[in-house]
Amino acid sequence: MKKEVILSGFGGQGVMSIGKNLVEAAVAEDLEASWVPSYGPEMRGGTANCTVIISDGRIGAPLVERPSEVVAMNRAALAKFESRVAPGGTVFVNSSIIPDKVSREDVTAVYVPCDEIASELGNPKVANMVMLGAYVAATGALKRETIEAMIAEMFTGKKAKLVPLNLEALHRGMECGKPA
Amino acid sequence: MKREIWKGSEAIAEAAIRAGCRCFFGYPITPQNEIPEYMSLHMPQSGGVFVQAESELAAVNMVYGAAASGVRAMTSSSSPGVSLKQEGISYLAACQLPAVIVNVMRGGPGLGSIQPAQGDYFQATRGGGNGDYRTVVLAPANIQEAVDLTQEAFDIADQYRNPVVLLADGLIGQMMEPIVWKERTPRTLPEKTWAACGRGNRDHNNFITSLLIDAPSCEAHNLELHKKVLEMEKNECRWEEILLDDAEMVLVAYGTPSRVAQTAAENLRRQGIKAGVFRPITLWPYPYARLREIAALDRVKGFLTVEMSLGQMLDDVNLAVAERKPVKFYGRCGGKIPGVSEVERAVQEAWKEVK
Repeated sequence: MKKEVILSGFGGQGVMSIGKNLVEAAVAEDLEASWVPSYGPEMRGGTANCTVIISDGRIGAPLVERPSEVVAMNRAALAKFESRVAPGGTVFVNSSIIPDKVSREDVTAVYVPCDEIASELGNPKVANMVMLGAYVAATGALKRETIEAMIAEMFTGKKAKLVPLNLEALHRGMECGKPA
Repeated sequence: MKREIWKGSEAIAEAAIRAGCRCFFGYPITPQNEIPEYMSLHMPQSGGVFVQAESELAAVNMVYGAAASGVRAMTSSSSPGVSLKQEGISYLAACQLPAVIVNVMRGGPGLGSIQPAQGDYFQATRGGGNGDYRTVVLAPANIQEAVDLTQEAFDIADQYRNPVVLLADGLIGQMMEPIVWKERTPRTLPEKTWAACGRGNRDHNNFITSLLIDAPSCEAHNLELHKKVLEMEKNECRWEEILLDDAEMVLVAYGTPSRVAQTAAENLRRQGIKAGVFRPITLWPYPYARLREIAALDRVKGFLTVEMSLGQMLDDVNLAVAERKPVKFYGRCGGKIPGVSEVERAVQEAWKEVK
């Protein structure tokens, strides 16, 4: 098993943290994982991305040319990375703010209205958790229970009240990502 | 053992503290700012000292002072900043002071770029400062190794009373991976009877200087230092062999490019080319002897060196292979990381010529 994912979006949309969540869950499942951020002379408000690899074997190159999945949280991300997805791969599109459709026919497109769902749940900050749910359901790469346990550990003390909200966001995302 | 997820630079800083480093002096530069940032919070909590110096030169000379007093000390920087520290590294070597210098390499020459590179290989392995000296150069290829080697670097420095360089590239500094904090067995180390930490009951002052104005005594000092160079060459060489047991084409790479080479080798094997990777872990001392043995094997047809520079370690590969087999090269530089498919193409090209 090997998943090579590029996650991309505006700074603040939580793409880096979705990536970290994937790594945490993979480690909890005794898999190997790596996370590489894009870093450089970045522009404030510009598009950031990270590359996550999850594997049951030793990870070689931590960057990928043809990812198995791309998670696009904004329009620029889809424009930049759609062409890079490996044939047979999956493109996750935050359809709340990306009006475009995936143009390639050799990849699967999963449209997830992350921001709309987050607004419905009353907290725009959980949009990334919606996308994480969609990714997990569509790829089957990680177990639902692992992610749920991780969310429970993520918010403790005063923040513990955020656990049900994040779990709901995760589950709503999983509905969107469920294979048809 | 529990696996924890750590970012390279922060892991290096924590590893140093766990190894007993109690003085850190630095000056900010991308892509290693997480090291001083981590140190600024955690070093005081560990009873140590963190100073953001006014310059790289000041930082390395603070290391000199701390090391002279017998304390485990470290500084870190990235390429242009490490250039500025070279004078201090020469003085540390001359005065036989143990210290660890971390270089998280970025694009050069000059100020260059802030992305990962390996253009400081010559500087690190040949000694960027003046005079006859060598530093052990450790090159991690993943975060676990960065942690293990950082801790061992302090032992090596103390054992030989010599500066040790941890040479990582920007990607190792920035990426996150799971690691375990292993139970270490520290080396048995000599007592620091030479440290200038107050005369106490000693019958003499410990005097630390690199000025030996008179040629015969300076030569004698150099010969003393050289004995240690020979010891380090004998004892400290290490490397890893990946898919090499039946390899016909050998990729030689360290740090991030060794990981790219590993993936390329796995893919090439599916295409019918038996590729493997020779990964030096110490860049000085360089594993010449083992690479020479591999070059002498009948089944090995050729070598391809992969670097994030335009061919620096290539010189050492050529020294080892010594024309027994063809040595080809593929490199990217200035902050560009070679892609797996680029390396595969370079191997395919090379293979056509050497098979």
